[in-house]
Amino acid sequence: MRFGIVMFPGSNCEQDCLHVLRDVLNQDAEYVWHQSSDVSGFDCLVLPGGFSYGDYLRTGAIARFSPVMKAVEKFAIGGGLVIGICNGFQILLEAGLLPGAMMRNVGLKFICRFVDIRVETVNTPWTRSCAGGGVLEIPIAHNEGNYQVPAGTLEEMKRRGQIVFRYCSPEGSAHPDFNPNGSIENIAGICNQEGNVLGMMPHPERASELELGSTDGLVIWRSILAHCGARA
Amino acid sequence: MAELYEELGLTSEEYQEIKRILGREPNKVELGMYSVMWSEHCSYKSSKVMLSKLPTEGERVVVGPGENAGVVDIGGGFAAVFKMESHNHPSAVEPFQGAATGVGGIVRDIFTMGARPIALIDPLRFGSLENPKTRYLFEGVVSGIASYGNCLGIPTVGGELYFEEAYEENPLVNVLCVGVLPISRLTKGKAAVPGSVGVLIGSSTGRDGIGGVSVLASQEFDETSQEKRPSVQVGDPFTEKLEIEACLEMLEKGLLLGLQDLGGAGLTCATCETAERGGCGMDVFVSKVPLRESDMEPVEIMMSESQERMFAICRKEDLEPVLKICEKWGLDATPVARVTEGDNLRCFLDDEVTAEVPASSLASGPTYLRKEQKPEYRDRVNSFNPLELPVPSNLRDVFTKILASPNISSKKWVYEQYDHMVRLNTVVLPGSDAAVLRIKETEKGIALSCDCNGRYCYLDPYRGTQIALAESARNVASSGASPVAITNCLNFGNPEKPEIFWQFARAVEGLTDGLRELEIPVVSGNVSFYNESFGEAIYPTPIVGMLGIIDNIERRLEAGFKKDGELIVLLGQTLAELGGSEYLKIVHGKVAGVPPRLNWSAEKSLIRLLLSASSSGIISSAHDLSEGGLSVSLAEACILGKMGAEVELTGELKAHLELFSESQSRALVSIKPERLDELEKIALEERVPARVIGKTGGRKILLKGLFEVDIEEATYLYENSLEQMVAGGHR
Repeated sequence: MRFGIVMFPGSNCEQDCLHVLRDVLNQDAEYVWHQSSDVSGFDCLVLPGGFSYGDYLRTGAIARFSPVMKAVEKFAIGGGLVIGICNGFQILLEAGLLPGAMMRNVGLKFICRFVDIRVETVNTPWTRSCAGGGVLEIPIAHNEGNYQVPAGTLEEMKRRGQIVFRYCSPEGSAHPDFNPNGSIENIAGICNQEGNVLGMMPHPERASELELGSTDGLVIWRSILAHCGARA
Repeated sequence: MAELYEELGLTSEEYQEIKRILGREPNKVELGMYSVMWSEHCSYKSSKVMLSKLPTEGERVVVGPGENAGVVDIGGGFAAVFKMESHNHPSAVEPFQGAATGVGGIVRDIFTMGARPIALIDPLRFGSLENPKTRYLFEGVVSGIASYGNCLGIPTVGGELYFEEAYEENPLVNVLCVGVLPISRLTKGKAAVPGSVGVLIGSSTGRDGIGGVSVLASQEFDETSQEKRPSVQVGDPFTEKLEIEACLEMLEKGLLLGLQDLGGAGLTCATCETAERGGCGMDVFVSKVPLRESDMEPVEIMMSESQERMFAICRKEDLEPVLKICEKWGLDATPVARVTEGDNLRCFLDDEVTAEVPASSLASGPTYLRKEQKPEYRDRVNSFNPLELPVPSNLRDVFTKILASPNISSKKWVYEQYDHMVRLNTVVLPGSDAAVLRIKETEKGIALSCDCNGRYCYLDPYRGTQIALAESARNVASSGASPVAITNCLNFGNPEKPEIFWQFARAVEGLTDGLRELEIPVVSGNVSFYNESFGEAIYPTPIVGMLGIIDNIERRLEAGFKKDGELIVLLGQTLAELGGSEYLKIVHGKVAGVPPRLNWSAEKSLIRLLLSASSSGIISSAHDLSEGGLSVSLAEACILGKMGAEVELTGELKAHLELFSESQSRALVSIKPERLDELEKIALEERVPARVIGKTGGRKILLKGLFEVDIEEATYLYENSLEQMVAGGHR
């Protein structure tokens, strides 16, 4: 599979994503500069974490105007696979490729730690290999992960199976006690109606090697590979 | 000029010396340049006599002190670059920006050498958390570090944190950064080719931070300190992130002859230091420097400490590609200087020469041998014997109080605000003895630990500094890494006071002797003087940052117990030592006595034992003993391992001494029963006392015949105390 990792000024997880895709999963992966307007030839685009343009304004608010975002939009509308991780998720929201908006964490502090997330649907290209749902242990690292969406839209999203991950206890209870940032209904990740665009706050690339404490993130990458009929 | 040089922080003798060097009166620009370069902060004028005694050589040393950071060969064609610096006074005046720009400054020092910065560590000191001002400073500093480091995508992987009345008005904010580079990319901050061009990259130059090094960093604090807020700069981590990428790209392509960051003393420092190191002169065209305000004078342009600026030196023919790369990253870049033959640093305003001084005279500065005198408090505090105090009847109560004290309890509230995982190298997360990072290109890893017990150093600066060094080595060895080199940040009061200089001199002697014992060098460092407010100095706080190397990352160790049913072995000898201990402070409210003894041969034996037991895979976990002694080490091993332990104290000492003595050169390890023989054999060879004190498992920390604490209760106290104390202020 050929992955394109979109690099904005201020991205800081692009090297991590490249490392996991190339060195751990043996896939083709390369950077796509934010000024590029060509994303043809990629099977999947990754919008990595970081602080695009410093995020001095609302997170992702400037990055969405990068020339590359037009191409990303076209790619997504054409059914191409797009995953936004952390800042990448925030950019996808700003770009309108996913519904809802991001607010600051309720504690008003940056939070970096391992959390548990429950897989809410296996009917997406991103989770098809998560047999029987289950709980994944994956780190978060963000200041603005408090996902919000109007009640009506949320109901529709739920009905269409767009809620992909929820913060939960190690046993899988999505109780508010296990919500690190105040996001509505413990939401940690969502997809668009078609399922080809995913946004998630946890960093699967940080949980893809045993040395780093968890390999639960691999199931997301492997789902994409399986979806595209590629081999890890 | 008389009033001006004093206002700028120069003495009349220094002013006379400047006149002698120039053979005339300096003009305003020249005087400004001397005042910043000859400040204590830039010139090390009070410390360099003592610092020259430190061992700086070793087979792994690629670059020692004197450059922007020290460089150590870690094998496989790679080197680690590291250095620690202080940003104490800016943080006292403006905690968020002070701490943030402290991170920015040390990170620039690292990528200036051609290294990719891969980790930050932050040793911090504050006053008592009871004081609302402390909570304001503490929260501000932590979020400042977080905001800058997180944005750069450099993980903050560790630190140390103490609350003590002595730091009430003068907190310490030290920052260590480590980077890794292929040795072939090593770059130095020098201008050695006449005719080459100096390019100023990054932010434009404003009036912020003028005199930061002289007025702010090199004077004591008093009631006027808050007026110094305009001397603190505002950080822009986004621009610095772009600078890292642009500079590394230029270096990778071999486009630069030299690279220097603009920190304290701004353009003056960057130009005169690069010229001096390269044995050249330099012409600086101040009218070309991009400005934030149009009416800035040459002296302001030369002294400004505006952040996020780099000074790159390249051949004329490489200027074009250099500017191109900067453009790609959206950075302003302007040629502002030309390297010349000779030694003169000249500043031009259009065609007019506004300053002309020998570069080396700026860069070298004066040297002072300060007077020293043993402080009168020493004999009084040392003669106190803590063993004569009554022993509390309820040791369980003491145990839980110590576990919940802000100096002992978990620092989770702090490190969860830092991105400590980005870059995917953090294989031992914060909370263990040392942070361990893998070097992806190799099988190796590096371990880092910063240590200093200010109480010990107050009671005995020589021994206290030796203990700081020993503890950092022990921490690194407990993670399975061989200690190879240190950096340091020596935080003291006003060196012009003989009692303070006495503390400083004893500390450096202690460090020198200790490094010779361990046979490792210091490769970089920083001195921060004038840490006083209203005439009261902080505890002497010489923080040691130790770098260790693990040849095989699979052999790393963590502090937490790993498995139920393993044996717990106490290595080293426990003596009746409570001087300067956490026990003494918590139970009796005293900082007195003499610090624990340090026997280097016992320390080195323990380190060899830990390294041999970890590399051969005999032991499952290792945790050093320090503040709080065995009680804290045992509790932490249980809490981090999420399991209980049953322990019987069979030593000859009374229970409270066995539990809370802070004797040095000790560690707690866990081991599978069937491997005990192997450990005992090495211990015998190394003559390290090794005593099985219990076994892991269960849901209680059980001390037979004394008391027991549920693991849930211990974990709750340990992990939530700090947050509760900080939140206390918000009620």
